[in-house]
Amino acid sequence: MTEDAPVVARGVNHWFGAGEVRKQALHDVTLTIPRGSFTALVGPSGSGKTTVLTLVGCLREVQDGSVRLLGHELKGARSDALIALRRRLGFIFQAHNLHESLTAIENVLMGLMVHGRADGPTERAAAAHALTLFGLADRMDYLPANLSGGQKQRVAIARALVGNPDLILADEPTAALDRESGLNVVDVLKRLGQTRGTTTLMVTHDNRILDRADRIVTLEDGRIVADSAPVG
Amino acid sequence: MSRLLSRLFGRLPIGWLQLTHSKTRFASAIAGVAFANVLVFVQLGIMNSMASATLRPYAFFQADIMISAPDANTLTEGGNVARQWLLQALADPEVTAGMGLFIANVTWQRADKALVLTTFGIDPALPGFLDPAIAAKAQVLELQNAGLLDRFTRGLPRDEAAAIRPQTPLTFEVSGDTVTLHDTFAGGGGFGGDGYMMVSDQTFLTLFPARRSAAPDHILLKIAPGADPERVVTRLGALISDKSLRIRTFEAAADEDLTYQQTKRPTGIIFGFGVVIGVLVGLVIVYQVLSTDVADHLREYATFKAMGYPQTFFLGVVLEEALILGVLGFVPGFVVGTTILTVMGRVTTLPLQMTASMAITVFIGTIVFSTLSGAIATRRLAAADPADLF
Repeated sequence: MTEDAPVVARGVNHWFGAGEVRKQALHDVTLTIPRGSFTALVGPSGSGKTTVLTLVGCLREVQDGSVRLLGHELKGARSDALIALRRRLGFIFQAHNLHESLTAIENVLMGLMVHGRADGPTERAAAAHALTLFGLADRMDYLPANLSGGQKQRVAIARALVGNPDLILADEPTAALDRESGLNVVDVLKRLGQTRGTTTLMVTHDNRILDRADRIVTLEDGRIVADSAPVG
Repeated sequence: MSRLLSRLFGRLPIGWLQLTHSKTRFASAIAGVAFANVLVFVQLGIMNSMASATLRPYAFFQADIMISAPDANTLTEGGNVARQWLLQALADPEVTAGMGLFIANVTWQRADKALVLTTFGIDPALPGFLDPAIAAKAQVLELQNAGLLDRFTRGLPRDEAAAIRPQTPLTFEVSGDTVTLHDTFAGGGGFGGDGYMMVSDQTFLTLFPARRSAAPDHILLKIAPGADPERVVTRLGALISDKSLRIRTFEAAADEDLTYQQTKRPTGIIFGFGVVIGVLVGLVIVYQVLSTDVADHLREYATFKAMGYPQTFFLGVVLEEALILGVLGFVPGFVVGTTILTVMGRVTTLPLQMTASMAITVFIGTIVFSTLSGAIATRRLAAADPADLF
């Protein structure tokens, strides 16, 4: 199972700052996340959740230890290799970060065009399908300024999923959503895990999601202090 | 437009969509680039007109070689040349003809204003030294105090100029002498006078009694067909006793005059600086627009970075914006610049006009400075760190 796992972290340590203000954010984090699983990462503020997400998401350099993502070692990897790996990920941020000048469907299209695909009818149909999945069929040509907070977040989720990523990294994605929309998002993510083997690693405090997660990993002070289904 | 650009780039035209998202900001950016274009067009137009105005009087004559005083940096400046050098020059086997050229300004005091006419004293018996259009009318200059007037003289009503014909000549007084204008030719106001006048050397000496026939301003020479002017110039340099004289081909004299006007005269330097300032203004405007735009979209860019878009994608977006601003700013800049030059040309009779070469030069320059500004603005992209998004 470890060989097939999209995320394998071993003895990961990470620091921020330098000199006297240098602070260790992660201590010997070891974590394996199986393919298709839905893992919730929990812990108090400053516990290292976001650091784990950014390291796994190739957004920070691995300083110490090993992180294997989709079969590739991230420590010492070249930047073009990291960019190529990021294209296989789906990022959902706490803030939607939609492009204000692009309509909902255009924002979703950006999730396809990163793979070198053009703005064609097939791509538009795929983007429209992703938006429909999240109840935004009638909002496709709306600019973000004309969407509610929840609608924007759902567009951002559609953008993350439209490219069929191998791994979804999400940071409090349901914070801006109502109960029904939040559960719908979780259902979609779980269904993707079951049908396509898409893996989800999500930072959340939302109990509605924790109830449905396959596994809950708890971090405190940069250490894994609890793991509901430890692997590796 | 969005669809067109989408097909052109093979991706969403993000630069275009970003620029047009705020219509007011987009309009002011275009206006800024257009303003820079207008600045450059006007300055270039004036510089070009100075070149045209400088070279225009050379076009009145047909000569191969010109002998001038050592300090004759332009056609109308400098001391005189002794006519004896003309005779020495004619000793060269390939020099076929020579003519003394006299130049001075005549003030035509009219009721409303005084017109300054740059007046050329020529030998009407040697029409081969004149442009054919002027030569065809030069015979009348053999009459005492006869003149041919530049019909585009600044301040001279067009209908009045058009009425000057051999059958209906016009007279005016110059320092007690009456000059009779029998016909006109095409000239135009320059930076040194309002227009031009052609008279015979004899009339010239009447109008300027202090001048001597033995000392024209320049000596014009014609050489045998097929002869190499440069070689003749070299031979004349050895032949003529006064080694301080400037002996040049007529073409070289015109070029040196122009260079002097553009690089030594304050006006040329000022207009040259005007072009530089226009380019700098354009650079700063485009940089400011793009740099602000990049700063405003850092989070979006960081998101795209996280998604796996490479740096070249962002460079493409910023350069797309730069090119759009450059192209769209050029169009109104061209229209306004053309209008201003046309109006200024009419008012001053200076050869101020939009030329194809100016338009192409400014367009290419606009694209280059826009791209340069865009390239500088992309440095701010480094601040878009996707790790900060979490």
